[in-house]
Amino acid sequence: MDFTFWTDPIKVVNQWMMLTLTGWGLSGAVASVIANLVGILLLITGAMVLDIMLVWVERKVVARFQGRLGPNRVGPYGLFQPFPDIIKLIIKEDITPDGADKVVYNMAPIISLASVIFLWAVVPLASTIYGVDLNVALLYLVAAGALGTLSIIMAGWSSNNKYALLGAFRQVAAMISFEIPMVVALLVPTILAGSLSLQVITNTQANGIWFFWLSPLGALLFLISAIAELGRSPFDLNEGESEIVSGYHIEYTGMKFGLFYAGELLHAFTFGGFLAVMFFGGWHGPWAAQYPLLGAFYFVVKAMIGYWLIMWVKYTVPRIRIDHMLAFNWKFLTPVAFALLIVTAVAHSLLKGLGYWPYLLGMFSSNIILGWITIEILRASTRKQRLAGQAPKPVAQH
Amino acid sequence: MDASQVIFILSAALIIASALMVVTTRNLVHAALWLIATLFGVAILYAVLEAGFLAVVQVVVYIGAIAIMFIFAVMLTRKEMRDRGPQVNEAWPYAAVLGLLTFGGLWVIFSKWDGMGRFPAEITGGPNAVLTQLGVALTSPDAFVLPFEVASVLLLAALIGSVYVAMNKK
Repeated sequence: MDFTFWTDPIKVVNQWMMLTLTGWGLSGAVASVIANLVGILLLITGAMVLDIMLVWVERKVVARFQGRLGPNRVGPYGLFQPFPDIIKLIIKEDITPDGADKVVYNMAPIISLASVIFLWAVVPLASTIYGVDLNVALLYLVAAGALGTLSIIMAGWSSNNKYALLGAFRQVAAMISFEIPMVVALLVPTILAGSLSLQVITNTQANGIWFFWLSPLGALLFLISAIAELGRSPFDLNEGESEIVSGYHIEYTGMKFGLFYAGELLHAFTFGGFLAVMFFGGWHGPWAAQYPLLGAFYFVVKAMIGYWLIMWVKYTVPRIRIDHMLAFNWKFLTPVAFALLIVTAVAHSLLKGLGYWPYLLGMFSSNIILGWITIEILRASTRKQRLAGQAPKPVAQH
Repeated sequence: MDASQVIFILSAALIIASALMVVTTRNLVHAALWLIATLFGVAILYAVLEAGFLAVVQVVVYIGAIAIMFIFAVMLTRKEMRDRGPQVNEAWPYAAVLGLLTFGGLWVIFSKWDGMGRFPAEITGGPNAVLTQLGVALTSPDAFVLPFEVASVLLLAALIGSVYVAMNKK
């Protein structure tokens, strides 16, 4: 064997399991099915255990942003706070509202969490640690988002509550419209790597330049549309407390609410991970190619930084109005995204053969110039609006 | 029976059962949700056939866009979600005969075709090559660039038309 546990852990564990299972007298096909199921179970369990700790991370970070201490009573630095939280959620009374559509009502939180867990199938944790290297992974990301949209509309409709339905309408409107800049932003790494596979995208960056330096504007667009897709502040109209109480999950109690909450936290972390994979090299780092576990560590650190960025925005920026949000998407984000796509495609094909530095500087400056033009256009149009507002009103004639 | 056959039978059963529920349930939102189950089953079939791109596009387009639009349209246009009245009209025997004839015709054609027992040809160059070939075919002048562009012009016309219809004329 030319590989050990430290150079290819999944393969070693898989071989050991196959040997054990076939040693018990199972046929090879059955053994491989069982080994794969165990792998899936381990991946989901790992994601969910991480999710438990994200409750602590989220509560601690929001406290620091708001000048509080945050959880600090249960365990060192309040590290065990998630466990009382979970116990509280589990022992709460499970209420299904009168007139709710029971089956749809109970399925919605499951689909909501599942749409996030689905994403972990394609996340490349390290060079050899990943669920599946799908050749359409970026489209798969959009497809899982579609299931998330579906779960929200199911929850909003089946609760038989007007606030819930309004919250679902708002959230679905946001998700459908912000999907367009997101898909276009996903096309930027696709053009740069020449593939939709996350493993190929990571490897292209590992052997070259992080895509953030080639397309900072693309990373920014992806971050903004990811925040909208997550329904986090400033786009958290789905749970505008002062208007519709808490949106589509208003009627959910106990662990059913817990599933929505867990899904939201894990979704934010997962999008941090996708930001890392597509623009910050994924698992790429010193000695990560030889030692995949080190790569997985780098990946989690980078994903945490992305998650922290999303939290930073969430706890700093106030909620915006729905018409502002939709105008921001259709009149600003979508045109900029399409312009960026054209600029990236043209600059990439022109500069590709010119060597390292001309390519890097050319791509970077094309993004900066596009951003600068956008800001100038915005400045001109707001100036026009301001002047129109200041113009003397015509005096009424008798 | 291998794993792909088991998956095929399960997803075919899902497709047929949920398609039946689409037309028999009286609650319109439930009908839309059953339709989503049907479309998801078709996506599974594509995945079994190693057409990963089609499977994902099926979910993105049909579940993510069209089914959501159905649910929105039902919710925004109807106050009563429950459909009353008879579920079939007087033409149902003709429809049943037509359905059976179509099924019989397909049965005869497929039982005569020798391709049913054959295994699919091995994909050359890996799955990525197929995706690249599709992309090249859609944009190359000797393949499908004209139909592709015509379809996008059609969609653009529909988009402009809907904006015009919805526009607040001053």
